[in-house]
Amino acid sequence: MTTLSRREWLLSDQPQSRRQARLGQVYRTWLSFRSNWLAMVGLGIVLLLILVAVFANVIAPYDPVVGGDLRTERFLPPLSQGHLFGTDDLARDIFSRIVHGSRLTLMVVVLVAVIATPIGLLVGTTSGYFGGWVDTVLMRVTDIFLAFPRLILALAFVAALGPGIENAIIAIAITSWPPYARLARAETLTIRDSDYINAARLQGASSARILWGHVTPLCLSSVIIRVTLDMAGIILTAAGLGFLGLGAQPPQPEWGAMIASGRRFLIDQWWVATVPGVAIFVVSLGFNLLGDGLRDVLDPKARK
Amino acid sequence: MSDDTDGGGRSSALPRILWKLARLAATVALTFLGLLVVTFLIGRVVPVDPVLAVIGDRAPKSVYDRVFIELGLDKPLYEQFWLYLQKVLTGDFGQSFLTKRDIADDIARVFPATMELATVAIIIGTVLGIPMGVWAAVRQGRLADQVVRVLGLVGYSAPIFWLGLLGLLVFYARLHWVSGPGRVDIAFEYSITPKTGLLLLDSAMQGQWDAFRNVFSHIILPASLLGYFSMAYISRMTRSFMLNELAQEYVITARVKGVPEWRIIWVHALRNAAVPLVTVIALSYANLLEGSVLTETVFAWPGLGQYLTNSLQNSDMNAVLGGTLLIGGIFVGLNLLSDLLYTLLDPRVRRQA
Repeated sequence: MTTLSRREWLLSDQPQSRRQARLGQVYRTWLSFRSNWLAMVGLGIVLLLILVAVFANVIAPYDPVVGGDLRTERFLPPLSQGHLFGTDDLARDIFSRIVHGSRLTLMVVVLVAVIATPIGLLVGTTSGYFGGWVDTVLMRVTDIFLAFPRLILALAFVAALGPGIENAIIAIAITSWPPYARLARAETLTIRDSDYINAARLQGASSARILWGHVTPLCLSSVIIRVTLDMAGIILTAAGLGFLGLGAQPPQPEWGAMIASGRRFLIDQWWVATVPGVAIFVVSLGFNLLGDGLRDVLDPKARK
Repeated sequence: MSDDTDGGGRSSALPRILWKLARLAATVALTFLGLLVVTFLIGRVVPVDPVLAVIGDRAPKSVYDRVFIELGLDKPLYEQFWLYLQKVLTGDFGQSFLTKRDIADDIARVFPATMELATVAIIIGTVLGIPMGVWAAVRQGRLADQVVRVLGLVGYSAPIFWLGLLGLLVFYARLHWVSGPGRVDIAFEYSITPKTGLLLLDSAMQGQWDAFRNVFSHIILPASLLGYFSMAYISRMTRSFMLNELAQEYVITARVKGVPEWRIIWVHALRNAAVPLVTVIALSYANLLEGSVLTETVFAWPGLGQYLTNSLQNSDMNAVLGGTLLIGGIFVGLNLLSDLLYTLLDPRVRRQA
């Protein structure tokens, strides 16, 4: 099949099979996503983050934790002797630390999404499907969690659990699910009285089966868009916790913690604190652009 | 909140407002109770032994047992919560292990610094954000709109503590345009008699203009930084509200009547966009409290954020929970306030109420 005919097959007005229709829909979405160059930049940044994280061992020229010669290689400025971003106070190559730090950032984002999304979906769909006092109680709990500013609640949880990147992830996940629950509830309310749900109920499907098999899949896409839009915030919160010394602990090359340790040398060795900040900024910008693009393409309500 | 389905006439308006207020009060009380439960439970799962935190680890067993009972730790959990509730409602958050003072006193001491910072920041954010949002809406899709969009994106993506450090590096260390960390130079620290605790206000009221200038040069950088983040939010919301208003028919009518364009934008449309904007401003004031935790750490600003971080790093749980509760409470309060303002300012909502 030539490229042109494949394109025609995908964009066909009369698809011959469900598979063709579905692939065609995906392709059309991709075409409209591709025309938004800012969203493509975002996608590029996120893909780059994933690649760098996967191949960190190959890309990083030096060890991220063990430094070089403390007498001669401390505080080398950027672009000197094979150190693209210079070295820090322990003679460690900053570029290598940034590269390895991408693994921590990616881990935080993925784990928070994996923990918080199911909680939000579960609470939201249950609340919307059953209604009544279940709804009242669950939404009240959700509101209480929403009443705390996110960073403050995460701080209190980390204070209770003890510092460390695992606890930071748990704390951020605990503070992230309420908006997803709200969203999933709203979606559930619009579909819970539809005919096919009633049909499933009449056939004797249990509530759990209906929720898991019929309601959740329909809520998934809007929740995923929301999670993507939140990822920049998750990265910033994790970096903030790291900066306050409550997230990843030294010598882990977490970007926020790197800024905190470079802060002491800000005036004379500005690059030690500045470079990790650029990394955080670029990655969260990437997620923001990607999320905006996804919303424009997938959410018909936001389309102008 | 949307189950006011029965469409009552004007005659029953007053009782329904009362009914709505009562429901609002119940919601707020319940939310606040929830905040208390959350902080209480966090306080119970801490690995730090609260008894050892009070008496130190070298006290004899008899003292340990006595304090254990004094703190009420022998009672069941719900009874402990009841005690906690009673204490908090009388303004007793316990003592700080670090400063050995009452948490309430500590917070009263540090809070004005945060409030001053947040207030200056919200003024900067509003004064810049609203015109920028209006400008972006009027020139939708053109250069001005793109500039505002990019400024907003940077605000959503940059870590605030990093921008703070960069600001200190450039404007303090290199250019010497502003003063460094802290609220005021030591030379002026004791010359201002604290009345309101807001140093700008205090020094101005006492006519100490040198001190005022010094305080100003300290506050301008952190406040601009926080203000930038609320500006990003406020301008984005203003833009979308204005786009909404400019598409309304009354704008066309005004144009047909020959009303000058500036008047249509700044008087007709903006006045209608102002109602939801009040909500946005109240919410971003609440968000500033969150941003202040990181900003205060960077700028050594002796406010609530720094107090909270210090206590965290020293596992001073009473202080952490007191601060968390206060910020949560302010958050709830501002949400309530924005709801009420919305009802007061918008005649359409008022009539529905």
